[in-house]
This record gives sequence, C-alpha cells and structure tokens, in this order.
Amino acid sequence: MPISMTATPDMEFVNEIIANGGDTVNMCFQCGTCTASCPSGRQTSFRTRQLVRMAQLGMKDEVLSSEELWYCTTCYTCTERCPRDVAIVDILIAMRNLAVASGNMFEGHKKVAKSLMKSGHTVPINDEVKAQRAALGLAEVPPTVLASEKAKKDFDKILEATGFNKTVGE
Amino acid sequence: MAETKKKSKPKAKSKAKSKATYAFFLGCIAPLRYPGIEKSTRDVCNALGIELVDFNDASCCPAPGVIRSFDRKTWLAAAARNLALAEKQGVNILTICNGCYGSLADAAHELNHDEALRKDVNAILAEIGLEYSGGTEVRHFADVLFNDIGLDAIKKAVTNPLELKVATFYGCHFLKPTDVKYLDDPENPTMLDDMVEATGASSMFRKDKMMCCGAGGGLRSEFSDFAMKFTEENLKNMKDGGAEVIVDICPFCHLQFDRGQQELKGYDMPVLHLSQLYALAMGMDQKDLGLDAHLTPVKL
Repeated sequence: MPISMTATPDMEFVNEIIANGGDTVNMCFQCGTCTASCPSGRQTSFRTRQLVRMAQLGMKDEVLSSEELWYCTTCYTCTERCPRDVAIVDILIAMRNLAVASGNMFEGHKKVAKSLMKSGHTVPINDEVKAQRAALGLAEVPPTVLASEKAKKDFDKILEATGFNKTVGE
Repeated sequence: MAETKKKSKPKAKSKAKSKATYAFFLGCIAPLRYPGIEKSTRDVCNALGIELVDFNDASCCPAPGVIRSFDRKTWLAAAARNLALAEKQGVNILTICNGCYGSLADAAHELNHDEALRKDVNAILAEIGLEYSGGTEVRHFADVLFNDIGLDAIKKAVTNPLELKVATFYGCHFLKPTDVKYLDDPENPTMLDDMVEATGASSMFRKDKMMCCGAGGGLRSEFSDFAMKFTEENLKNMKDGGAEVIVDICPFCHLQFDRGQQELKGYDMPVLHLSQLYALAMGMDQKDLGLDAHLTPVKL
C-alpha cells in the first residue's frame, strides 16, 4: 500500500466519508488498537489505522483504488476495542461505497451483486437443492421472492429507485 | 410491546403480538445450500413451542458484508422492505443467520433511531405500497432459545444426550456491534457454550475463539485465499483444543467451514448449525438434518 502521496490531497474526501456514514473518521488519534486487533491484518497487508489516516489526509485516489480496502471481513473487533469509539467498519464501508461509485469494483463482487439483481438472493437456486428440499418435506422453492413474480418486481423497483444497477455498472 | 393489558381476546387469526410467533426469515445460504438448517429450525422450534409463520416475498437480507459495502442506500432500502413486510404481517422476525441478523437488526436500529432517514427510505417503499414505521423486532434463533425458552426447558427437551467435544463458533454479527445489540460479552461470551452443553456435549476451550471465519466482507467472493487463512487458523485452534465437531449459528460460517475443509484438505471436522445439533439431541430423525448437503461428511 502506498504510504507516500502521489496526488494532490483531496480535503473533501473526509466529508464524503462522513456523508456516507463514516461520521467518526476525525475522532481517530492513531493509537493502532484496530490494526493490532485485526484478524485480517495478521494474514494480509491490510492496516486499518493506516487506511483511516490516509482518509484523514485526503488521499482519496490511493484509498479508493487500494485492494486492501477490501480485505476487511467486517468482524467489528476493531470497532469494539477502539478507545475513541470510532465506528471503523462504518468508515471502511463508506470508503468502499465511494470506491464502487467511482468504478472500482472487483469481478467476484460484481457477480454477487448481479445474483442479487437477478434472483433477489445472493446465491442462486439449483436443481440439486430443490431435490434436497423436497426430500426434507420443504417447498422445492422457498416462499421468498423466488416464489412470487410480484414480489420480485417489487424488489426490482427498490433497486431501480436506489440506482443499484448503475452503481455496480451493469 | 404496545399490547393493551385487557381485552386480548384470543382470536384465531391474531398471530400478531403473540410473543412466541415469528416470521421465519430464511435468508439465502440456509434455504439454498443447507436446507437441513431450515428443516431443523422448523422442527426444533415446533418442539419448543415457538410458532414460525412463513415470511412470504422476502429477499436477501441483503448481505451486510457485500451489498452494504457496495451501496449502503440499496442495502438499507432492501432491508427496510423486508422489515416492512414483517410489520405488515404483524409479527417479529426470527433469523438463523448472523448475516441476516446483522443486516436486519442494524437496519432496524438505524431506521428506528433516525426519523429523517426513515422518511427517505419510506419514500422508496411507497413505490411498492409499503411503509416501515419502526415496529419490527429482529431476533436470532440462538437469542430466542437462550433468553426466552431457557436452558432448563432445552435440557428437558433433550432425549438423546450427546457426548460430543464441540468447538462453538459464534461468528461476528451475532454479538457485534454491541451498540446495536448486546446479547453477551463480545470478547468472552458463554451463551452458545451453555446452549451446546445443555445437550450433554462439552464445549472445548481454544485459542482465539472469537476470530472471524474469514468469509465475510466480500473476502470469500473475491479473495478466497485470504478467507481460507482465517479458516485454517480457526480449524487448527479447534483441533488443538480437542474439538471433534464445529457448532455454528450462521450458515455463512457453516459454509466456510464445511466447504473450506474440503478446499484446504487435511481437515475433516463435521459442521453443524445449532438447530441441527438440537434436532439430534431432541431425538429427531438424522435424515431430517439434511446432512447430505454437507461437503465435509457428518458421521455421528
């Protein structure tokens, strides 16, 4: 992850994060409890504290294009332990939202988003599970949006209203 | 909640407000990958006097780690649709998945505490004739069993005591974030261990018990190798602690451990959702547990 700035700092970045749900971003005083607690940081180059600092410094391009932004599993260990009550996961999610809105989305994630748009569920139904369900005495198709055209249309309307298709770049 | 004390005439159709009736929120992974979890939940709830009604027309919760990471507004509006559907039905929600619980409880918390936000979301819901007014309670299966049914009643329902050495797996979104829900100490919880031991099984101590399974936040769908590192560390700690079975309360953790062991090779620890463990302990037919959907064989 770059720790030297390659672009002009964007001092509006922090306000964009605040507007997207990361309203505690300026509370961080860089103690590093988050990084020390992070199970992802143990396995990867993800450094929670560093990402928050980069946000505070206006390193928008670096943050939004970094792969590390997507190494957090949202386990909330950092959030629970933060001595400043910084809602770190909310900050990361705000930055992820901004990354996706700026066109930075991974293929594996697009696949999940497309599955949601197609069926209303993040995993598709298949014949094998239909048979397993029937053998257990359950309805072959669960009584969700999968079983009702009207419900699926209603669900689609919600996604249209929020512009999800455009956001994920379909 | 706001039920009047008098005049609660028992009407056949008045499922609403009856404390032990829930709309059963299926989610995605349980009904579509591990239907035995759905079946076991129905059977166990039935045996313990919890009435589950179908939650018709629900969608994905939507998944907090991925969909919320992509677009918070979509996540909130789609979650609000699910909450509004339950509210319209007059029942609270029961989930069997930490992801669903995380999304729906977090979304309800946001909407219940922020009137302006609720107004915005309701403007979207109005397009499909729905409104969410803040009246839906979201509960997790494990929470209802532990706090409403209680260990004594569970112990009484056990007809087939289990002598298993269990690694309990709480997952992340069941207990955290604690400003939205507080069911137990997030660093050192005991409720799931107590629930597992109510069947006669032993919960085995291990290192880093509260470490994430690795699947969440979009890791499994894009950075599977990293997700698997979490999984392997957990499995090693479970094995070192002497466990022979994993008991989870989340189908996504369940999938990560069940499929992950086959991807990793060298591990063969059966994975059971709490509902399946209870179905077994309550003497239900093993073929009703849907174990053929598991990739890591469950031989008990």
